[in-house]
Parts: sequence; C-alpha cells; structure tokens
Amino acid sequence: MTRVRQALAGKQLFVTGATGFLGTALVERLLRAVPDSRVVLLIRPGRRSDASQRASREILRNDCFDRLRAIHGDRFDAEVSARVTAIAGDVTLDGLGLDAMGMQLLSECDLVVHSAAAVAFDSPLDAAVEINLLGPSRVAAAVVAARSLARSQGRRGPVHYLPVSTAYVAGTHQGEAAERVLGHDRFTIDVDWRSEVDAARRSRSDADAESRRPKALAGFTSEARRELGPAGIHLLAGRAERLREEWVRKQMVTAGQSRAQSLGWPDAYPYTKAVGERALVSEFAPTVPMTIIRPSIIESALAEPRPGWIRGFRMAEPIIVSYAKGLLREFPGVPEGVIDVIPVDLVAAAILAVGAEELLNAVDPAAVDPAAGRRAASAADPAPPSDDPAPIEPSVYHVASGVRNPLHYGRLVELVQTWFTDHPIYDGDGQPIVVPAWSFPGRGRVQRQLTRANQAMGAAERIFGSLPLRGRRAAWIAALEERHLLVERALGYVELYGAYTETEARYRVDRLMGLWDRMDGDDRATLCLDPASVDWDRYVTDIHLPSVVEHARVKMTPGRSAQPGRTARSRSAVLSPERQLAAFDLENTLVASNVVDSFAWLASRHLPPAERITFVSELVRQAPTLLLLDRRDRGDFLRSFYRRYEGAPANRLRDDAWELFNDLLLAKSFPAGIARVRKHRALGHRTVLITGALDLVVEPLRPLFDDVVCARLSEAEGRFTGRLGELPPIGEARALLLAEYARAEGLRLEQSMAYADSSSDLPMLEVVGYPVAVNPEAKLAAIARRRGWLVEHWDKAPGGSRPLLPLGPFDRRRHRSPAAPTATTSLSAAALSASARRTAHVQRP
Amino acid sequence: MSPRPGFVLEVDGSSPPTLFWHGERLSLEQLPPGSRVIYPPEPIDPLQDPVTAIRAALTHPVGDRDPLPALLVPGMKLTIAFDDISLPLPPMERPDIRQLVIEEVLDLAAGAGVDDVALVAALALHRRMTEPELRHALGDRIYDAFAPFGLLSQHDAEDPTNLVHLGCTSRGEDVEINRRAAESDLLVYVNINLVTMDGGHKSVATGLASYKSLRHHHNPATMQASRSFMDQHRSELHSSNWRMGRLIAESGITVFQIETTLNNDTFPGAFRFLQKREWEWRGKDRLGYLAASKALDGTPPRLARRIFHSVRAPHRLTSVQAGEVESVHELTTAQVWRQQGVVVEGQTDILTMGLPYISPYNVNSILNPILVACLGLGYLFNLYRNKPLVREGGVVIMTHPTPWAFDPVHHPSYIDFFEEVLSETTDPTLVAERFEESYATDPWYIHLYRTGHAYHGVHPFYMWYWCAHALSHLGGVIVVGGDPKAVRRLGFRPASALEDALEMAKDVVGPTPTLTHLHAPPLLMADVQ
Repeated sequence: MTRVRQALAGKQLFVTGATGFLGTALVERLLRAVPDSRVVLLIRPGRRSDASQRASREILRNDCFDRLRAIHGDRFDAEVSARVTAIAGDVTLDGLGLDAMGMQLLSECDLVVHSAAAVAFDSPLDAAVEINLLGPSRVAAAVVAARSLARSQGRRGPVHYLPVSTAYVAGTHQGEAAERVLGHDRFTIDVDWRSEVDAARRSRSDADAESRRPKALAGFTSEARRELGPAGIHLLAGRAERLREEWVRKQMVTAGQSRAQSLGWPDAYPYTKAVGERALVSEFAPTVPMTIIRPSIIESALAEPRPGWIRGFRMAEPIIVSYAKGLLREFPGVPEGVIDVIPVDLVAAAILAVGAEELLNAVDPAAVDPAAGRRAASAADPAPPSDDPAPIEPSVYHVASGVRNPLHYGRLVELVQTWFTDHPIYDGDGQPIVVPAWSFPGRGRVQRQLTRANQAMGAAERIFGSLPLRGRRAAWIAALEERHLLVERALGYVELYGAYTETEARYRVDRLMGLWDRMDGDDRATLCLDPASVDWDRYVTDIHLPSVVEHARVKMTPGRSAQPGRTARSRSAVLSPERQLAAFDLENTLVASNVVDSFAWLASRHLPPAERITFVSELVRQAPTLLLLDRRDRGDFLRSFYRRYEGAPANRLRDDAWELFNDLLLAKSFPAGIARVRKHRALGHRTVLITGALDLVVEPLRPLFDDVVCARLSEAEGRFTGRLGELPPIGEARALLLAEYARAEGLRLEQSMAYADSSSDLPMLEVVGYPVAVNPEAKLAAIARRRGWLVEHWDKAPGGSRPLLPLGPFDRRRHRSPAAPTATTSLSAAALSASARRTAHVQRP
Repeated sequence: MSPRPGFVLEVDGSSPPTLFWHGERLSLEQLPPGSRVIYPPEPIDPLQDPVTAIRAALTHPVGDRDPLPALLVPGMKLTIAFDDISLPLPPMERPDIRQLVIEEVLDLAAGAGVDDVALVAALALHRRMTEPELRHALGDRIYDAFAPFGLLSQHDAEDPTNLVHLGCTSRGEDVEINRRAAESDLLVYVNINLVTMDGGHKSVATGLASYKSLRHHHNPATMQASRSFMDQHRSELHSSNWRMGRLIAESGITVFQIETTLNNDTFPGAFRFLQKREWEWRGKDRLGYLAASKALDGTPPRLARRIFHSVRAPHRLTSVQAGEVESVHELTTAQVWRQQGVVVEGQTDILTMGLPYISPYNVNSILNPILVACLGLGYLFNLYRNKPLVREGGVVIMTHPTPWAFDPVHHPSYIDFFEEVLSETTDPTLVAERFEESYATDPWYIHLYRTGHAYHGVHPFYMWYWCAHALSHLGGVIVVGGDPKAVRRLGFRPASALEDALEMAKDVVGPTPTLTHLHAPPLLMADVQ
C-alpha cells in the first residue's frame, strides 16, 4: 500500500454526479484502486426508480464495472453493496434535498466530490444556472451543515470538498491560464453571481409569458396544424403546447448563449461554471476547505477500466460520426490550434490523488507541499472568518493536456481522416462512405454554407409537404426532412463547438505536475494522471475512434446487413402472437379509393350517357373544394359530403354496392393489406375495420374482419336522408371507439396495432402500442419516421384492371327499350314484359 | 380449295423466321436448321346453316335418347346448363354458339308448353361471369328474359342448400352436383368442345359439381395418371368423370347432351397472319405483323392486354351432336381431331412454345405466373396422343413476359398461393398435402367466389396439378423474357433470349439436341408416332 492509497484507505467519499461520465469512472476507480474505501452517492430519484435502483441500473451495471465484476466474480454484488450507498438528493435543491439519514451519511464522509453538472453546451440558461452555478455552493452549504452535525456528535465530519469545474472557465482566448481561482487575470469580467441567478430565473418567466401571448399561441397552433394536419383538436392542442415549451426552451438556450458570449465565454457551460466558482469561493472558501478540479474536454479512457471506455455521447463524438457519415463536409478550426482533450481515467486519478493529498494535509499540514493549500494572506478578502482564523484561497488543479502534451487540431483531423479512410462507415446499400478532406475554413464561411443548405431544405420541405403525395414519395419527403435535421444539427455543432476548435488558450498544469512528482512509483502505476502519458496518435487511432464507432452503432462492414433491418424487426413485433387487436382504416390503407370514388361510382351506375358527362364535370369542378374541406376537417367533410346521398333508394344502392366492391374496391385493393388482415386473424388477433366509409360500401368486406365499425346513413321510407345515424368513426372518435371496443372485448390497447394512412388517423394510431403507417401521406410519413413506427408500402395488384374514372360500368341495355319480345316460353315472354315495365332509371342521389 | 391438314416443317437455310407469341407481344425467331415446326391444320369448312344443323341434331339425337321434343312435356322442370366463360378461346364473335343452341332449345320448350325453365352456368369452381359476359354467351334476349327473375343462375359449388349428394362411385368418389340440375326432369347441357379434354361426362360431373366431388379427380395423382388428359382413353381424369357420369345417369337424371365443335379460325381481320404459315405470308401479312409487333412493343402491357382481350374469334360451327352423353362425345372427339390432329414422327429433346395472352382462366384479366405455368405445362404440353412431344428428361422452353402480377378480383387466392405456397415447395404432391385444404375451406376465398368474380380458393392448386405430368416428365423448364423473380418462384429458369435458353437446355439434354416448336394457337393435337 502506497501513500495515496493509504491516505484513502478506510475512508468514505461522498460523490455527486455518479451517473455521469466522470462520476462513474471515479466511483469505479476508487472501489478498485482502494480496496477498503466506501462511497455514498447522491442520486436524484427518477420518475419510476429510487436512488438505489438508479445506482444499480445506471452505474453498477455500466460496462465500466466489468473489470471489477471480473475481479470479484460472484462476490461482486456483496462487495459493492457493502461499499456503495445511494441516497436520494438533488443538487438543484437547497440542502440537496437530503433527509436526516442522508445528512448523517454525508457527515460521516471524509471527502466530498461534486461532479454533477449540466455539461451540455446548449443547456437552457436557467437549468445551467441551477446546476452549474448554484450546485457547487449548495453542496458546500451541505458540507458546512454536515461538519457541524459531525462536530455535535464528536466527530470531525468531511475534511475536504472537491468541486469539479472546467478548464474553460478561464475562457478560450489566447494566453496562458494559471491554476488559480478566477479574478486574478484580466480576462474575466467580475459579475455579481446573485444578479446572474435572478436574471436567469427572470428570463425563464419572461420567455414563458412571451410564449403565452395570443399571437404566439396562434403561431404554435398553426405550426401544429401544418405538422399534423387534421389530427383533431386534442392532438393539435397537445402538439401546440409541446411546441410552446420547446420554444421557451430554445429561448432559454439562446439566452444562455448570448449571456455567456457577452461576458466572453463561448457558451453557457463555462459561463455558469465560472460564475459558480466565483460564488463558491466568495461564499464558502473561508468555511470549507476545498480544492477545485478543472479538467478540459474529457474523452474516452486511456487505460482504466479499459482503453476506450466511454459513457454517453459526448462533445466530439457526434461531430466525428457526422463527419464519418459524410454529413459534415467542413468544420471550422485552426490547424495549429490545440484541442485540449484529457482521457477520463486521468481525471478520475487526479481527483483521487488530490483528495488523498488533502486528507494527509488535514492530518499533518506540514507533511505536504507548502504550495498546496497555501494560505493566501489576502487581507482584502471581505468574508469574515468563522471558525477558521485566516481567509483562504482554495487550490485549483487543471487536468489538461494542452501545455504538457499538446494535441494539435490539424493532427487530430488528419488522424480521424486516415482512420475513417481505412475503416469507412458503410451506408444502407453496403457502400463505403468516403470522408471529405477538411480545408479548415473560417467559422463564418462554414456557418454561411450550412445556413444556406438549411434554408433551401426548409423551403423544399414546405413545398413538397404541401403536395398531396403519399406512400414512397411521401417517405422520400420524410427522408429529406431527416436530412434537413442532420444539417440543422451540423449547424448547431459548428455554432456550439467552433469556439473549442479555435481555442488558443493554454491551461497550465504546474500544480498537477507537482502532485505527480510527489507520487511514488506504485501510486503512479495505479493512478496515472500525467497528460504526457498519452500517445495521441495511438490514443486517437487505437482507442478513441474504435470506441466511438462502437458506441455510435454505425455499420462498419460492407454488404447489406445480414440481420433483419428495423422494418423487419418491427414487422415481426407486429405479427407476434401475443398481440391482441389489429384495427384497420380502409381508404388508402387497404384500398386505393375513397368516399368520393364510391359515391361517383354509385351515382353514375344507372345514369344515361348525357347525364354522366354532366355528372363527371360537376364532380371534377368541385374536387378542389372537397380536397380542401377534407384537409381541414375530415368529420365536417364526411358529413357534408354524405348529404349527397339524400333521397337515394337505399335497397338499390345496397345491391349496387356489391358490384362496386368488385369493380372498384377490390380492383384497387392492396393485396398485401388484405393478406395482413388475414395474417392477423390467423394469428388469433382480433381484427376490426374502423372507417368513415358507409356501411353499404363496406358490407362485402365484412367477412374479412371480426368486426366492422363504419358510418351509417339514416333512412326514411326506403330512401337515404343524407344524414349520418351517429358520429362517423373518424379522427378522435375513432380513437375513442377503438378504446371502447378494446375495453368491451377485454383486449389491451398496448398489445394492439392500428393501420392507417393519414395524419387525421393520428388519434387512433397513438392509442395503440403498435401503430403502422400504410402508404402514409407526407405528414404522417414524417411523424412515423420520427417516432420509429412501422411503415408499410402496399401497392395495388399490378395485374388488376384500373378504371380511369371511378364510374359505374355503362350498360347500354338498361337505357334501351327492351328488345322486342320473341317467341320463347310463355314465362319468358311474361318476364320480358315485366322487365319492360321496370324502366330502370336511377334518380341521382 | 379444301383446307390443308396440319404440317411439320423442317427448318433449313431458306426457312423464314418463326412467329413466337410472347404474352401480349409477338416476335420472329430464327430456329436452328433441323428444327421442326408443327403447324395446325387450316380451319375446316364450317356448317353452312348452323341453326338448321342444331335443329336437326335436337330432333335426331344419337345414342339411347329420344328426340328433344319428345322429352319436353308441360309441367316439367327443365334445366339448361351451359359452358362458362372459359370456352371458347378467344371468346367468339356474336352470336355465340351457346345462344344459338339455347334459343332452339327454348323454342322447343315454349312450343311444348314447358313453364319451369332455368339456366345454369356450369362454373364448377371458376369465377362467376359478369352480366356483359353472360349477355355475350346467351344473347340479350335470353338474358333479359331470365336474369331479372332469378332464372339465370351461376352454379355455386359452396352453397350447401343448392347441392345434392347423389352417392359414391365404385371407387368411393363422392358425386355431389347442383340441386336444380339434379332435381329437374330433364337436364340439357350445352357444350363447346374446344379441346378433346372438354365435354362428355365431364360437362355435368365437373361443371356442376362441388369441391367435395371435384377433389377426387382434380389432384396430383389423377393428373400423373393422365397421359394425357387430352386423350380420354388414357386419362384418369376422364375415367373418374365417366364413373361419376354413369352414377349420375343411374341416379335417374336424364341428361340431354348437346356438344358443338368449332373450327380453329381464331383471329380476325388484322390479326389473320397469326394463323398463317410464315413462308406463305404475303405483303399484307408482313405489314400486319410489323404494324402489330411494333405497335404492341410501344404499348403499355395493360393497354395491350385490353386490346387483345377485346379480340373476338371468328370461330364457326363445324359440328353439333345431341343425345346420350357418351355417344355424343365420341362423335365430338372425332370432330375435334379432324380440326386439330397433326401426325408427328418421334419425340424431341427440346420443345419450344410461344405463350399467348390468354388461357381458359384469364378471359378479361391477366395471365398470371401460375396460369403461365398451367398454359404451357398443363395445356400445350398435354396436346398429344400416344407420347408427349418432348422426350422424358427433355426441356420445355416457353416465351412469355411472366410478370409478377395478378388480378385481385379474379385471382385473389392465386396471389397468396404464389407468395405462400410456391415459396415453400413446387412439388404438386407436397403442395396438395400441406396447403390445399386450408385454401379450399378459407371463408374469405369462399366469400369472394360466391359473391364476387373470384376463382375458388383451391383453383390455383388445380392449375399447379395440371402441370404435374409435365413437371415429373421434364428435365427442365426455361422461360424466355420472363420476370426472373417470378420465373424462379415457379421453379423454372429464366433466360433473356431464345439462343440463351437453347444453350441452357443443352446442359440438360446434351450438345446436339433435336428441337420442335409448337406453332399454337390456333390449337393442334400432336399424334406422336
């Protein structure tokens, strides 16, 4: 046992942010490197899981612990449960939301490591402020409370506090940044942290108020309608509200970015961290012994627990993957600039080594480096000393590579390009993607290029989105939309991260190297923290990139994938015997026809030639109006359209409907759709047709399904009134009917499928567990693609006969006077005259 | 000049290229020297006065049957059954021969004061005919006199209330037929005998039967034992039907069979060149070919199909005989032979055939892949007496586009058969064992058969069984110019050109094969010596 590990042996650490990348690495490292140490983890309970469930699922089951698991084998669980305690708490709450038990545990810890942070570079301002700015101070306050609790119990309590910050609090501008608390250089602007907090909280309520103004609300509603089409009030309202929340969030992200940039930081993360450091130092430096750890950009592990271990998709990875997929044709940056990356295991080791040193320091201050924990004799510090006589400037450690072992941006790009040329990602067709060579243009140029592409795609999307396309063409639009999203994201990367690739700051590591110098050989082997130990070529090529592509789950082998694709997997999920109910829409889901076609066919079935022409031209004239009405509200459309059946003879239409079925519906049916209904039935699923079509039209289809729910016209004296008997089963009514049906039949909706083609069917699609979009129109195609729904493209049978117009067959015989009776049998003669009496002329419905 | 008999041409250097059908298209192919081309006899002279001939046949029946007028008495129940849309091919110009015959029968019935008359289309498991199709077959007068009163029906093999089980044959074959027909005092059957397979006891025992009855002879074993089913005396299909027909007669049902034969005058006007021998083509024929083939090449298949399906054949009546079934059919068969028989010396290694757009089961719809197989390997392959035209282990090469396309109204169960059954196995016996029952009893197919215009669910199986003899006899089947995926699904090999197909065939039959081309339609029967 060596000095560092000896110092930590038998100690208990309190760790926040253990579910994060650095936190997980730290906990694992401690458990493995210091066998008789223990940790208390502060974990925010999830919606469905408490703190210890989250700890075991999100931390201990991570592959980070595979090595420890291998060491302990069957004893792993026992070992871990003896050494790891998870307590519920939240760094965004004052007092960390700790209960008495939690506070007691905290007071029994020796070291407190605060690594919880909102690391996203595009966090909303207020969230970043709560976590990054106020978090460190809240933890410090809890440490103060814990220390006084411990003292009341005759113990010492936590000896030292280690908040984790970021090297970038010092900004990205040219020059060297020393390992000192902020305020000692000319670059940081002194702002009052309390006003920053107030302003952030206020801008949230301002944005919220702004989003609720009538004009803004109308905007969200029309945006929702544009996206979903006539999906029903409920869904549109839900979508509009989500759009409002998204808008507020975006406002807050922008607010964070602009505030950060106005003060000289690239984005909200370093800004809130920096102000948070200042708040912490100004409020707690005198009362809580603390050392601030400032890593630079933390990336995958160099060696511990295994080379390449990484958790979550971090800053550089999405950019690398976008590049390898050929999406980022250019990225700004200065090739000579230094990209300051540090492997996670070095950071974890540094935290443990610093913690050990501070523990030793606390026992015997003279035994350690006088520079570490140096008392700053700054008499100017206004904070009144409480129980410690002299004001203290906390120590700061940079954990960064830029000065000791710089990785130049140009070299990094070169390594990445070479690697992906040797190991290309393959596209959907199994063809390798050739990566572009970056020419290191200025950020402005890349941004302009991407903005132009973004605008062009947005325009194309709007134009195509308004066309009445469906099926594969609509899927193509959805693909365009996805591509657009990627361009938008690329633009986001450039905006967000451009500053980091253009950074010219140097983060000094003198103190870190001092620590390294004091470590003995054994400690150095176990807790390597020297940035010089990284061979960047090897790190990028052999460690980081293989890990990135593994995490990105991209295709790295040529040829078409042997395993079933997503569609095949969703299809087999839909056709699993456990499912219970399959609901089908009719029009454009099972047949390429609609209520207007059916009406035109039935109405023209018995029309003489002259009237047919008038009829057709009239219907064609009305087509645009009908289409518009249908797009606006399907229920209104059906109700008004079905009025046309007023006065039509019910029984004759019922007879004709059978002919209509064969002549039009079956001829234009999708055989794969019919086969799917039959397949569901064969699997024992209940099948139900839910359609706004009329009962007489769907009557011939009845045997295909277990049940049919459809519209029904009311009748008086053998003629249709043109009014519907009850609410037509469309839109939201359809979802309600399906839910009611499932309840009545004892079937579970989450085990059910719904097949439909249009966004007006969204309510029905959303209530089931397995929605299927069939030949979706553009809006639904986009929605289905975003939500990962199964999309089926069903075609009409290529061998069927397809009438040009949906008109009933023209039958000359009916419109001629009956043939002159001939001498056949007496009965036949009677029949002939009878048929003569029946001058078959149908009144137009 | 009297019509010339069939002819076998030996191709030499001076022979013009040979006409091949290719679905809705046509092509001329140069066959290798030494190949044989079998041409059908020219259309024989028709009867000058069909109506008089029909009257004569009705009043002078053959076999043990009284003249029709003697069988008609007031108060009796008379049913007239007639062949459906599958005959003749292509549908004939108006008036259809069924109309002429039935009008004569109805005249006699009216004269005799028969009131209770019903017409039944003998569909078996075929699709129901549409109103225009019925009007075409029967004429408007008959249609308008019967249809509006429900007196014109189409046999429904799935309507248990309208079927009667008459008993079982000595081999245990169920005989279950149309109730109205069985319970009539007289059943008049009006037939068109296009090929030698048609007619005889098969008219009633098959045309008016149920699945329960049909399955006894529509199965792989029967088809394997029919060599060929075009040759009544060597056909188990016919033996079974004959047993059933005799049982029907023994059950007390009086069948007055009227059989007709047509000449093979198949194509009208501009399409006349299709039934001429290429070396006799004159300017008009060459022009006709050029115009037709060029126009068809540029026409979308859907439209080309519509054009061809609107073709009405100028078939003319060559004989009509009536009376007792077996005696009538003997005369009929001789008449068919007179029109179609060609003597061919010896078998061939490779048999080529150009498949046209039509078969008995796709009138007014598309010839789907299963029907392609059935037309080539079921019908054309079996147009022989004695020995098959192609030797055992030989190869059949068919030309047809064979698109993966089906008519969803007429052939719904074919779509599923192609997707579900042939993807598993193409062996007719396995197909029958594993899949037939579920298709035959499927309620959705039955619904479409009974209410729509769909072939029965089991029908694609029958088409496949029709190929059973050829499938076991042949060493390989190649389809030229077909959709490769669809052709492979059938278990055949696709080739893009006839030359390629010949090369592929040589791998099976050896490097110096003999080749024979079946120049049909018009139809012919090869008497292979």
